[in-house]
Amino acid sequence: MDKHKGRRLFAFLCVAPAVILFIIFMVIPTFNVFRMSLYRWGGFSARRTFIGLENFTRLFQDMKFIQSFQNTVFLVVLVSVITLSLALLFAGILSREKIKGQNFFRVVFYIPNILSVVIISAIFNAIYDPHNGMLNSILALFKPEGAEPVYWLGTQSIVLYSLAGAMIWQAVGYYMVMYMASMASIPEALYESANLEGASRTTQFFRITIPLIWTNIRTTLTFFIISSINLSFMFVKAMTSGGPDGSTEVFLSYMYKQAYTNSAYGYGMAIGVVVFVFSFVLSAIVNAVTRREVMEV
Amino acid sequence: MERIQTRRFNTDNLFKGIIYAALILLAVVILVPLLWVVMASFKQNSEFYGSPWTPPQGLYWQNFTDAWTTARMGEFMLNSVITTALSLLLLLIVALPAAYVLSRFSFRGKKALNTMFMGGLFINVNYIVVPIFLMFVDGDKWLRGIGLPPVFLNNIYVLALVYAATALPFTIYLLSGYFITLPKAYEEAAYIDGASNFATMVKIMFPMAKPAIITVILFNFLAFWNEYVIAMTLLSDPKGAKTLPVGLMNLMKAQNAAAQYGRMYAGLVLVMLPTLILYMAVQRKLTQGMTLGGLKG
Repeated sequence: MDKHKGRRLFAFLCVAPAVILFIIFMVIPTFNVFRMSLYRWGGFSARRTFIGLENFTRLFQDMKFIQSFQNTVFLVVLVSVITLSLALLFAGILSREKIKGQNFFRVVFYIPNILSVVIISAIFNAIYDPHNGMLNSILALFKPEGAEPVYWLGTQSIVLYSLAGAMIWQAVGYYMVMYMASMASIPEALYESANLEGASRTTQFFRITIPLIWTNIRTTLTFFIISSINLSFMFVKAMTSGGPDGSTEVFLSYMYKQAYTNSAYGYGMAIGVVVFVFSFVLSAIVNAVTRREVMEV
Repeated sequence: MERIQTRRFNTDNLFKGIIYAALILLAVVILVPLLWVVMASFKQNSEFYGSPWTPPQGLYWQNFTDAWTTARMGEFMLNSVITTALSLLLLLIVALPAAYVLSRFSFRGKKALNTMFMGGLFINVNYIVVPIFLMFVDGDKWLRGIGLPPVFLNNIYVLALVYAATALPFTIYLLSGYFITLPKAYEEAAYIDGASNFATMVKIMFPMAKPAIITVILFNFLAFWNEYVIAMTLLSDPKGAKTLPVGLMNLMKAQNAAAQYGRMYAGLVLVMLPTLILYMAVQRKLTQGMTLGGLKG
């Protein structure tokens, strides 16, 4: 009996610190995001008025917010489709084909993932620099002398693609290594019998590899969407600060701007609530749409 | 028969060629910008106005001394080391016992706690950075009110605590997943030998979880070392302490204003180098660890 009690006390002491820290720094702030969104909450003053859902009705008439909504969806869709397809393709190649220097490619492709978003942003600023950037200097080889340089980060119609380029560069290797790990668990015998029956590599990729790691693809897709919402903010903050003229503003950068430069905390948090709801709804949709009968071996 | 085989061999060669071209292209796209940054960090300011591809005229080490002292990157490096080390230590002290108990003990409310931490995986820190910031603003205000100096904002030790707390869900998830796979017999044997719960946990179970612990350290090291949104928010005093990524952000902004290119790229190399060295040393463990952990947020 005493031993039992001691065991319970031990369990409590082990779990308590984690639970306390988690509640203070994650549960309460999350709760506060929702609570503050119902208030007019300005800056450092004590002025806080309960206004119900007014922040939300204002939000959906705010053209800048609607633009940040569109930009987020655009970036999330574009970046996840390209990144995950490239990652699958390269993982398929590296795990199925006999490639010289396979390990070298694996190591190199993963490098961007270990770098800070700030570093990647600085690198891409150097790549995209209109006057002596790497990209324009390469393009200049194919263009007539004295042609107007491309303003990768300064043209409204291009800048989102430029951001997407940096985000894809950062993420491909990570997901590639992840898919390689799950592809390694597919039994070799399946490919051998497919070879005997004369199935081409492409057929094998789409009929064996993809279906067998489908569960993994689904999970990564869900996680990738959530992390893209987040990464799009980190890249925007470091590369464009939402410019030119709000054309790269995304959910979280607009939230941050409202909270810090505009001191409209309540309004900012209403955006936070929309982000929470949006990411949950989007994951649920992705989950429902990608549901297939799981193939098992 | 022979003819078919030679034809097969030819398309095979073509296929291989395309694969190699694609792999090499991606490797070049990743490596060239990184090498370019290293090259740029040795250039003098005047060298930045020509083609970006001309190699530096000499090794202009002054950039590094400038970055290290004038731009305070040396000081920030120390801050980053302290913050990262302290948050890793805190994280392990708190998360290891919690993960152990949550995965191997049975008690009332265990399921609720596990669900709570799992839910935490979906809360991105960037969503809740504003309430966390406001919590510290209030805390400092209260301290000033009772005549004490403010301690919460612009404090790297508090930053370390926030890092550790917000990394708990991922870390506990990963460690629990490993603890659950260990056979029960070890604890039973220790119990029969009369070892206390604490001794069993620290002397027997923790050493067995070494692979998972290494994975946790690697992933969180990269996350903490590279993080900049929370650091930027909580260390807002321009004259106060900063971490390396935040210092680099400032250098990027300064570069736009005063064209201090060389110094900025030198700063970039300083931030990049520790992660690259670590990566080269442990890349196999890192990419293997991904199968263990599955995902990161």
